[in-house]
Amino acid sequence: MKMNSLGWRKTLLTTVAAALMSLTVVTAQAADTIKVGVLHSLSGTMAISETTLKDTVLMMIEEQNKKGGVLGKQLEPVVVDPASNWPLFAEKTRELLEKEQVDVIFGCWTSVSRKSVLPVIEELNGLMFYPVQYEGEESSKNVFYTGAAPNQQAIPAVDYLMNEIGVKRWVLAGTDYVYPRTTNKILESYLKSKGVAEEDIMINYTPFGHSDWQNIVSDIKKFGSEGKKTAVVSTINGDANVPFYKELGNQGVSAEDIPVVAFSVGEEELSGFDTGPLVGHLAAWNYFMSAEAEENDAFIESWHSFIGDENRVTNDPMEATYIGFNLWVQAVEKAGSTEVDKVHDAIIGLETPNLTGGTAKMLANHHLTKPVLIGEIQEDGQFEIVWSTDSEVPGDAWTDFLPESAKVIADWQDESIMCGNYNTETKKCSGQNYE
Amino acid sequence: MLLRRSFWVLILALLSCSMLTLPVQAQSLPDEQHQMTDDFAAVLHKLPKAKFSEKSSLIEQIADQKHAKSEAVLEAMLEARLFYRKSDKIIVFADKVDAGYHIVDVLSDEDYGEIGKRKVKKVSVNNSLRRELKSLIARFQLESEDIEKRTQAIQNIIKSPDPVFAASVARAIDVEQDSAVRQQLLTAQAAVRLVSDDTDKESKIAAIVLLGEVTDKNAIALLAPLVEQKEDGTYVETDEDIRVAAQVSLKKLHEREGMYSIVENLFFGVSLGSVLLLAAVGLAITFGVMGVINMAHGEMIMLGAYTTYVVQLVMPNHIGASLIVAIPAAFLVSGTMGVIIERTVIRHLYGRPLETLLATFGLSLVLQQLVRTIFSPLNRSVITPEWMSGSWHVNGMLSLTYNRLYIIIFSLLVLGGLVLLMRRTFFGLQMRAVTQNRPMASSMGIRTGWVDALTFGLGSGIAGIAGVALSQLTNVGPNLGQAYIIDSFLVVVFGGVGNLFGTFFAAMSLGIANKFFEPLVGAVLAKILILVFIILFIQRRPRGLFAIKGRFVED
Repeated sequence: MKMNSLGWRKTLLTTVAAALMSLTVVTAQAADTIKVGVLHSLSGTMAISETTLKDTVLMMIEEQNKKGGVLGKQLEPVVVDPASNWPLFAEKTRELLEKEQVDVIFGCWTSVSRKSVLPVIEELNGLMFYPVQYEGEESSKNVFYTGAAPNQQAIPAVDYLMNEIGVKRWVLAGTDYVYPRTTNKILESYLKSKGVAEEDIMINYTPFGHSDWQNIVSDIKKFGSEGKKTAVVSTINGDANVPFYKELGNQGVSAEDIPVVAFSVGEEELSGFDTGPLVGHLAAWNYFMSAEAEENDAFIESWHSFIGDENRVTNDPMEATYIGFNLWVQAVEKAGSTEVDKVHDAIIGLETPNLTGGTAKMLANHHLTKPVLIGEIQEDGQFEIVWSTDSEVPGDAWTDFLPESAKVIADWQDESIMCGNYNTETKKCSGQNYE
Repeated sequence: MLLRRSFWVLILALLSCSMLTLPVQAQSLPDEQHQMTDDFAAVLHKLPKAKFSEKSSLIEQIADQKHAKSEAVLEAMLEARLFYRKSDKIIVFADKVDAGYHIVDVLSDEDYGEIGKRKVKKVSVNNSLRRELKSLIARFQLESEDIEKRTQAIQNIIKSPDPVFAASVARAIDVEQDSAVRQQLLTAQAAVRLVSDDTDKESKIAAIVLLGEVTDKNAIALLAPLVEQKEDGTYVETDEDIRVAAQVSLKKLHEREGMYSIVENLFFGVSLGSVLLLAAVGLAITFGVMGVINMAHGEMIMLGAYTTYVVQLVMPNHIGASLIVAIPAAFLVSGTMGVIIERTVIRHLYGRPLETLLATFGLSLVLQQLVRTIFSPLNRSVITPEWMSGSWHVNGMLSLTYNRLYIIIFSLLVLGGLVLLMRRTFFGLQMRAVTQNRPMASSMGIRTGWVDALTFGLGSGIAGIAGVALSQLTNVGPNLGQAYIIDSFLVVVFGGVGNLFGTFFAAMSLGIANKFFEPLVGAVLAKILILVFIILFIQRRPRGLFAIKGRFVED
């Protein structure tokens, strides 16, 4: 009996010891991972677009771990949900950096969420990769912009319409917030510099989620029936596009008569509806799923097997996430550390293959070199690439087409500048911000 | 017996006959025709590898050869039905089937059966090619048997007139029987004469005068270049007579366009009004009649829209009928949900509006997240049936979209049905009795609890029906309801609480006002102006447009 109870105690002891040991092993392992923060909305309005990017980051992490991780350590994702709530983006960033102690963050979609993250990430000296095309006029030490700046999307698209299609009248239609307003301001001044008259430009803003497009489409039709070739440049964002294109189709505005070139409509957005009436309308991006390159095929294949659905599409912000992730991995390996300042110095000048068969290079202004592609919407919701730039275009943080911005540059490599808003006239970091 | 034998003999005879004639026919093919088919095949063969710029000349050759298949090939190309097999680059007509495509050889009509999606590739076209294709097809279809094809061909010529059409249009005018089509042909002739260099001045001016009389937007586009000024102030068109004639015609056209645009705006307003009416009429019952501030009303609309989506999933081969089936289905789903909500939550909160507001707001969040969990946060695509897409061309300057037309009619039917239900049925009587004087109705033997539940269910069910209609206009996603809840309350409060006709007038006047403001001040400001107007209006008339008068008002 005594023996027995002793034996029982012994077993208990060993079990506890074993449990403790395994626990320490787990914690030891946890301390030996590199934490990657994922800051994308998983609920609310933007969940539609951002959920996909969260999955992309998780896929990249999984693949990197299979290859043995980074610096011999496994990567550990920390996913938070800022719920399409802009102030919450700032709070979640603080949580990721202070509580979770992540080494890098991949996140944000809308400009307003990025602006909300900026003060926190600069205060705590974090590191973020921002994967969406945006209005420019910004360059933070702690943010790398892997999406397109206006000169990598909007300006080339307008050039294409002007030179290849012969467009003479312009409708600039957008959702009423900072990205479309700034982009249209840049475009308007660019068009005027090309000799387009005031009365040949029509600017129109609509609220988020606008669903009744009857008048606007009818106005566009009238504007376009004055004998000059007309095109619509659309910065309409998110799901307002669906009713907009539906109305275009129903009112019989075909792409041959009035083409619409969109900066926010990609494969993901088109997978929501019947593209029959939209065939021929255009989009300008730095990547299309239909791009023919081996890297692209491999990426699509691994995406399908990761998500377990053959019908899921890939899009431009996913490519930007892919490039950003690969550049970060390279930079960490080059620096031999995940420390923000070291990674920052290491990453500038690094190159990685993009998914369209070229290379993306990180520039000193924290933007990438990217090819610009114009695609026409097809029946199957894919884009046929009809035009592309000859080589990659370097991203310009401060546009050359607004007089105030033209004299500002960003350079995080040159020791004598080292800021994101260097005024070349006053030779100072002016702190000039577009807003 | 005899009959059967003669039958076999006949068959045999026919067979041998056809066997005999076949080779004979083949032999009798003139060499020329052989040559033509070879040329045609050669051009087709170049299509898969050609660049867009090369394709432009290839399709012209296809049209010029006037091969029996020319028209079919060009049409298939325009409709994205022209594919090539990757293995041997043979050009085929392809029609989508479940697993891939069903392909048929273009030249030999040989049926290759079904083939996987990745084994074939489309002969790609871009916008400028599409435009060219349309105009090339127009050549073939100008004398087509099908009146619709003919009209389409003429429209395409008017859109992009070219001197090469002169002869074929003139010939078509001679043979055309239909007077309306003939009229269009004359317009097309005028358009062709206008752009042709060897038209003399008189007939050019005659063409301009004729174009000034037609009701067609394209006429403006044709005439506008004639009055255009260069940068130095001189005119592009040097002949002053032509210019003056064009100015006169343009003025007429613009006047006509202005008139029709007022009609069009009115239609837009009524259509927006009918959407508001649909969204608000359910609320007019739950909020207006019962006095429950139901913040989850929008989510009832959303449930209706999702029901449409599910119905379409269940019957993918009958998309046209799916909408009709979705109407009762959505009514049941949202209605049942309404009854459940009333029985479990709202009945405990009667007379406590603030708590009701909070509870139903919470419910709306729960329902949204529920949908997000079940259907994913991504928008679902609800297919628009054939009969709901496109528009009705009243004339060249006015066309009304079908989806809006149907929704206007539908919303009126729903309103009418509801009025009948309230006024003419026993349930309607009970409903009015309970809302007007609860204790008295109760003592008359009406089970007020059940009437409450059913009334709430009715309001929610109507919201579900609205969801079916909205699924055709906007995105079906978890946030669908939120976009309409504010507008719904606005309409009900403006129209006068508890009055269905008030709701109708409020919805229509808000819709029309919105659409007349919008072109003047923009969509954002138009909404703000409407809101300010309603605030001011409610200040003056707190009970809305049509206030109910009587003893029970203050109860």
